[in-house]
Amino acid sequence: MTVYSKPGTPGSLVTFKTRYENWINGGWVKPVKGQYFEDISPVDGKPFAEVARGTAEDIELALDAAHRAAPAWGKTSATERAAVLNRIADVIDANLELLAVAETWDNGKPIREPLNADLPLASDHFRYFAAAIRSQDGDHAELDNDTVSYQFHEPLGVVGQIIPWNFPILMAVWKLAPALAAGNAIVLKPAEQTPVSIMVLIELIGDILPPGVLNIVNGFGLEAGKPLASSPRIRKIAFTGETTTGRLILQYASANIIPATVELGGKSANIFFSDVAQEQDSFYDKAQEGFVLFAFNQGEVCTAPSRALLQKPIYESFLSTAVERTRKAIQGNPLDTDTQVGAQASNDQLEKILSYIDIGKQEGARVALGGERVDLGGDLSGGFYVEPTIFEGNNKMRIFQEEIFGPVLAVTSFTDYEDAISIANDNLYGLGAGVWSRNGNVAYRAGRDIQAGRVWINNYHHYPAGAAFGGYKSSGIGRENNKLALGHYQQTKNLLVSYSEKPLGFF
Amino acid sequence: MSEPASTATVVGTITVPGENLPRVELSTTAVSTLRELWEDFGPLMFHQSGGCCDGSSPMCFPAGEFITSDRDVLLGRLDIAPAGAEPQWIDFWISAEQFEYWSHTFLTVDVVPGRGSGFSVEAPRGVRFLIRSRLMDSFA
Repeated sequence: MTVYSKPGTPGSLVTFKTRYENWINGGWVKPVKGQYFEDISPVDGKPFAEVARGTAEDIELALDAAHRAAPAWGKTSATERAAVLNRIADVIDANLELLAVAETWDNGKPIREPLNADLPLASDHFRYFAAAIRSQDGDHAELDNDTVSYQFHEPLGVVGQIIPWNFPILMAVWKLAPALAAGNAIVLKPAEQTPVSIMVLIELIGDILPPGVLNIVNGFGLEAGKPLASSPRIRKIAFTGETTTGRLILQYASANIIPATVELGGKSANIFFSDVAQEQDSFYDKAQEGFVLFAFNQGEVCTAPSRALLQKPIYESFLSTAVERTRKAIQGNPLDTDTQVGAQASNDQLEKILSYIDIGKQEGARVALGGERVDLGGDLSGGFYVEPTIFEGNNKMRIFQEEIFGPVLAVTSFTDYEDAISIANDNLYGLGAGVWSRNGNVAYRAGRDIQAGRVWINNYHHYPAGAAFGGYKSSGIGRENNKLALGHYQQTKNLLVSYSEKPLGFF
Repeated sequence: MSEPASTATVVGTITVPGENLPRVELSTTAVSTLRELWEDFGPLMFHQSGGCCDGSSPMCFPAGEFITSDRDVLLGRLDIAPAGAEPQWIDFWISAEQFEYWSHTFLTVDVVPGRGSGFSVEAPRGVRFLIRSRLMDSFA
């Protein structure tokens, strides 16, 4: 067990600046209007740094820098850009613990997660896209003896990216790596709930990138996000968040006739067929763990397995064992490597979760575990902690239909295969799902029949670079985490070349 | 100049065709906050969000900023004006597909301290609109 020191105290790996300016053109730039807001740590509910409250004027400065940088960056060779991405990956690896402490303090997540998941995945993600761009070919077609069609990948130019707060560094990297690999310059706006950890990262990697290639403007959605998303000076906008802002982003994109990719979350079903309990073996243990993964990152994951569907014959036994397993989850100081459940990212997130627990009870769902806010006492007393909570109910309840984004699981039963698929698909969203069965045929069919972009079979919450990630239905448009994402950041240039000396003969 | 703080909730009009019960209301704090926001932004609207991150938050925009369509349901109209003053109507919208799953619940827009995301107009003030829910009487 290790307990990392609180940032700014003796022995800590991180001392935050008292104030973070915007990062524009390769340096710190004060916000034009001179305004700042406080970043609050969910670990203790206290402010720990001031952050630039960017506005349209700052977005314009960032766009100026990006437009100056884009032409040269877009013409660098894939070899050079891949080398840059690999150097960024090396710096992340070399500063893994420092970045993990910063991420935990900004977001509230238990530090074992950024140490073992967020940051190793982030560096690997840069390496994956370094490899992807190196190995990407254009294509050509010999249309006839003298006519050849060539297709080239070109960068879009300057793109905008708006980042969520649940994995502040990793979600930024999911968007940055393909955009940089493809040769674009970027203006990125972090979430206002978690604006600092990405600034700690840019401090480390800023000098690897040419000035202006990556610009970061902090601020509120209305004041900084909207001017970015609606700007006629971007050639693409990428967003992860909720549906109303997603629609607004698509609306702004339509006004500028530019592409948009939006990842808008889900309400992922985690389906356990009876045969998982055929033996009380290691696989059963793995399936039990797969159930408890709803509490990973305090449930603040777009693909959180927040609906568990248990087949009737194993419902009671599987659930009672899983409830006991969940009860043992250690909730505590997020900087302690033994902690398994940390803090919710913000006060309003905490309030939303409590309001969902309230409506769940009103709708008649049974609380099998938890259901309350937690006061961890001492320095952590002001932090935003919620008990891992398990409800039993039915799929028509609100707690089964909307992503609560908290450690709250809604459990129901199903009779047979058709019933399982019907319940899983009876939802607005289609981002993730899980299927657990010892029967490969059943698992395969279920995986294909569930309307979701990512179905984990006999595992959950793995996000390896290379596996395409994105939504069906109202979960959004586009794919990340795979070379397909390059296509969202590239224009296609077709050169249609005639090598014939003869006129067409039409005129 | 700030508008007088509200001492009463505001219940929305009945706008869903064929229904005879209201579906949405504003807490007193929400009314006071909205009166202040109206001074800064002019007429306002709500659209109920879903999905991840700040999903389930009621997003407040300058009226007309968010384009609604026939795939949205007008859940109610809320007049935040003090008694006797010119009406200040705020339309509250939800997508039709989301309404299907939410229709058994009555929504109260409240305000909590927080730092919401999205493009909602209240966020820079350090507060967030929050939905509290109860079962509609017709479903209870």
